[in-house]
Amino acid sequence: MNQPQNANPAGGTHPPVQRQDMEYICADCGAKNEIKSREPIRCRECGHRIMYKKRTKRMVQFEAR
Amino acid sequence: MTASTSKFDPRKHVGVHAERVSHVSSTNFPGHHPDEDHSWDLERFAKGLTVKIERLSNRSIEFDLVGVDASIANAYRRIMLAEVPTICVERVYVWDNTSVIVDEVLAQRIGLIPLNVDPALMDMKQSPNDQATDRNTLVFRLQVACQRNKNAPKDTTDPNQLYINSDVLSSHLTWIPQGEQEIVLADNPPAPSNPNIVLGKLRPGQEVDMELHAVKGVGKDHAKFCPVATASYRLLPLVILNPENPVPPHLTEKFQKCFSPGVIRVDPQTKAISVDEEKMRNETMSREVYRHPEFEGCVQLARVRDHFLFNVESEGFYPPQRLLPEATAVMRAKIAHIKRAAETLLNNGDGLGDVEMADV
Repeated sequence: MNQPQNANPAGGTHPPVQRQDMEYICADCGAKNEIKSREPIRCRECGHRIMYKKRTKRMVQFEAR
Repeated sequence: MTASTSKFDPRKHVGVHAERVSHVSSTNFPGHHPDEDHSWDLERFAKGLTVKIERLSNRSIEFDLVGVDASIANAYRRIMLAEVPTICVERVYVWDNTSVIVDEVLAQRIGLIPLNVDPALMDMKQSPNDQATDRNTLVFRLQVACQRNKNAPKDTTDPNQLYINSDVLSSHLTWIPQGEQEIVLADNPPAPSNPNIVLGKLRPGQEVDMELHAVKGVGKDHAKFCPVATASYRLLPLVILNPENPVPPHLTEKFQKCFSPGVIRVDPQTKAISVDEEKMRNETMSREVYRHPEFEGCVQLARVRDHFLFNVESEGFYPPQRLLPEATAVMRAKIAHIKRAAETLLNNGDGLGDVEMADV
């Protein structure tokens, strides 16, 4: 949870993000939620208790074949 | 003797019979016909050679190539398919893709987009791991995020109205000029040749963020580099009426129906039958006429062995009429290569000299 989010070795267009609380996505309504450690896991919008972690912004390389 | 250039020279006919074809191979080579000179002669070849455009549209061309051997016509077809270079996306760098379509599949779809870049303005990478430079790589950015459309009508279910950017389209590719590309490619800024290709679908909250590197390549490496959608040829059909055995007047209509529409003309007064030279190329060679005993001996079907009807559909940068000249340029380069290799072999004298043949 407290891992820095600026792990972007390719140094793309994303500026290095300051250490911050993780954003999660509500499984029910899709709203973004900032949840700090030891806080209850509960959506601010709808009260749903299931959250998804966001996809990494780390660069992945593919061949278009 | 002189080689006839007429399509009615029986030596050029591939006979089409009820259950077989005959005279498939050409015989115009030295030593086949006694006392005739069939040695290759540039002047004679040039006299017999014709290229004529029959139909041309934005995306396709039909042309006749007359007076060449099947091996040459086939070489042109294969070069158009596999060796005329084009530009395509080859590497995809994904920062974010939260759409339902997975990264690998989206990358493959992006690779297939035809780009409107003149390949002559770019260099081919010598190996896939070559350093990318502004001479051999084009950079595109694909950044699309979907949102709810606040102004959407209340009762609509159309995703295009409900959401903003519900589709990832080929028009979302933005070219990022590198180095001297800004000046070199200024006349025709690189973009997909069709802006309406749907690459994937998005819903609110989903987004795609990628960098795409396009390189020059040929169709034998990957089909995405193929400059044509189709390139094919067929031989000119011939319908030869037998003047000694005319079709009986009461059967002319039935005879006409044995062929493709328009191929057979019937004179309304005399009921005399003739073949429409222009429409003969549309004959499907169904051989229906051979099924009826009453028409036996009236007509002979054939194809002209050295008359190729090409049909080429272009996709991407090249206008269809430029594909044959491009294929010719590729073939000339190959011939020059072989000539150089043969000369090396000759100059080394002993025949043991090593000849370097690259894979071209």
